[in-house]
Amino acid sequence: MVQLLTLEGEFSAAKEYADYAELIRDLREADFLKFYRDMARIRRFDNEATALQRQGQMGLWVPAVGQEAAQIGSGHGVGPNDHIFPSYREHGVAITHGVDLMSIVKMYRGVNHGGWNPHETRFHLYSIVLGTQALHATGYAMGLNFEGRVGTGDPENDLAVITYFGDGATAEGDISEAFLFAATNNTPQVFFCQNNQWAISSPVGTQTKVPLYKRGEGFGVPGLRVDGNDVLACYAVTKKHMDDARSGKGPTLIEALTYRIGAHTTSDDPSKYRDAAEVEYWTARDPLIRFEKFLRKQGIGQEFFDEVAAAGDLLAAEVREATFAMAEPELDLMFDHVYSDPHPLVAEQKAWLKGYEESLGGHTPETPGDDSVNYGGTR
Amino acid sequence: MSNMVELSIAKAINAGLKKAMQDNDKVLVFGEDVARLGGVFRVTEGLLDEFGEKRIFNSPIAESGIVGTAIGLAMRGFRPVAEIQFDGFIYPAFNQIVSQLAKLTNRSEGFLQMPVVIRVPYGGGIGAVEHHSESPEAYFAHTAGLRVVSPSNANDAYWMIQQAIKSPDPVLFFEPKRRYWQKGQVDLDQSPIGMHQAVTLKPGKDVTIATYGPMVVTALQAAEVAAQEGINIEVIDIRSMSPIDFGHIAESVKKTGRLIVAHEAGTFVSISSEIAAKMSELCFYYLEAPVIRVGGFDVPYPAAKLEELYLPDADRLMEAVDRVLAY
Repeated sequence: MVQLLTLEGEFSAAKEYADYAELIRDLREADFLKFYRDMARIRRFDNEATALQRQGQMGLWVPAVGQEAAQIGSGHGVGPNDHIFPSYREHGVAITHGVDLMSIVKMYRGVNHGGWNPHETRFHLYSIVLGTQALHATGYAMGLNFEGRVGTGDPENDLAVITYFGDGATAEGDISEAFLFAATNNTPQVFFCQNNQWAISSPVGTQTKVPLYKRGEGFGVPGLRVDGNDVLACYAVTKKHMDDARSGKGPTLIEALTYRIGAHTTSDDPSKYRDAAEVEYWTARDPLIRFEKFLRKQGIGQEFFDEVAAAGDLLAAEVREATFAMAEPELDLMFDHVYSDPHPLVAEQKAWLKGYEESLGGHTPETPGDDSVNYGGTR
Repeated sequence: MSNMVELSIAKAINAGLKKAMQDNDKVLVFGEDVARLGGVFRVTEGLLDEFGEKRIFNSPIAESGIVGTAIGLAMRGFRPVAEIQFDGFIYPAFNQIVSQLAKLTNRSEGFLQMPVVIRVPYGGGIGAVEHHSESPEAYFAHTAGLRVVSPSNANDAYWMIQQAIKSPDPVLFFEPKRRYWQKGQVDLDQSPIGMHQAVTLKPGKDVTIATYGPMVVTALQAAEVAAQEGINIEVIDIRSMSPIDFGHIAESVKKTGRLIVAHEAGTFVSISSEIAAKMSELCFYYLEAPVIRVGGFDVPYPAAKLEELYLPDADRLMEAVDRVLAY
């Protein structure tokens, strides 16, 4: 397993991982601080989102607590023009590619189904049906091959694709088919599997009999395992294999071994199926704590951590306020964009519903603030 | 000006694909055995030599993968034309079609377009083994976000495949496989009518038969038989199962007062169910008889030696004609 930071935050690379360690030596202090800021930012956001769900402000929340190193590290290892095909828990990866966090809140609040522009962010929409996005990523990467956007050595030209999925999704046929299409087409692609060890209530042993990083081998996709709670290792393996993919060396499967400290979603109750001791074990391996130790050893002082904590509180307050202020969707949203070209049935039904609503006095989306009980947040 | 050639339906689709690939280099054709072999029905024959393996290529035998990668290619700006080898093999791709392809434009609020065509040879009548003779169009017509069409003749085959490829929306393109070898005149110059418009192939005044795909020829045969009995049947090729050109059918029903809807698929929760329901709304005061549906039965497609009993033929249509006229 590739690890570059010990649990005590010492930078230490085994000989066989020298290539990865080299990529860390290219980083500057500002990069390290950025990694930490992003991890802390997404942790604070995540906890706020759970609180908002508990207060009835979101239909559902999907926490990613514990997976920040895997997401922020790998997200920063992806090139600025590369394309990312996420599952539905990749809030950390999203912020590394400039997705507005409120777009994610909007989706889980039930205002829309995502709706950000994947062409602009290069971070595609969350895919909720497990594994489907891996094939989209592979198709996209095949397109890059056809266009000659791979292996020219021109950094302006060459591109790669990364897809994220969990241990549970590896059981889906689409993941296996994506490995196959990727291997036979030698696509510029990384498969990034966050093995958080639980698929709702099913432990990873339900999904696989072999280590997940080996699941690509039979298809021709080599794999490796990385310590998913080591942000530097996650950055380095992603950067290296995305660089390799861009240069025409084909696809790689990365299994990031991490742990879902929280529930599957806010509808889940993990106390029913897993031991508190296991959660404690992994909580002690919190990726933020490990990276904080590293930074402190680099001479980063308390002032920085205080600043990050304050920024987190500010973010949480902003998210809370923006959530309360979020407009409800107009009924048009349900009908528009079902098709790109006009469609008579959809047009007819939209017109009917509008007429019906008007006959009842008109559909008015709830005005923000109508239900704005003060929940004692930091408004 | 017209530039007429005689082509089979299979050759007409081939010519339409070729034209679409010439017109737009983003058009890609792939699926099982489509490249060197030209597909099991040879519909894509010759395209490899003209366009090379970056434009037409064989896919692994993995239908979900075929459609899933088509979606990714469309996201990259390509216009994929994916072949599903037989109707009964489309189900592994059902999830990608229904949960992804159909919904991505809506999910992305229009930022993503999905100009993907899925070609499906469908229907029975060729004496095939199980899973090679099915008519699954209703599953897809039921799914918001998809367009579903089927040509019944060579001219439509040539033009509709090109229209489907030009559509910014996903199109399920059902090819009537037992009519692949049926020849017809193709007008290479005349601009076609829209692929979602129904057409009246034979005017009549007593009974309307609305159908599509492989059953259109059957309906025309029935109309000939009926004519000998002094019954004047109007035959409509609806051409598009989603959306359906209800207005065109309703105009005919208002004239004849009697409607038969026919297809090979079982009639339960089918295209004909939808047309019958809609006509009862649009033509309630004009109908002289209930809408009668003629289809296959609601059983798994039978073994080849029984398919003659399963498939509606001109006689079964005539039986229905007698029934609607008895009211």
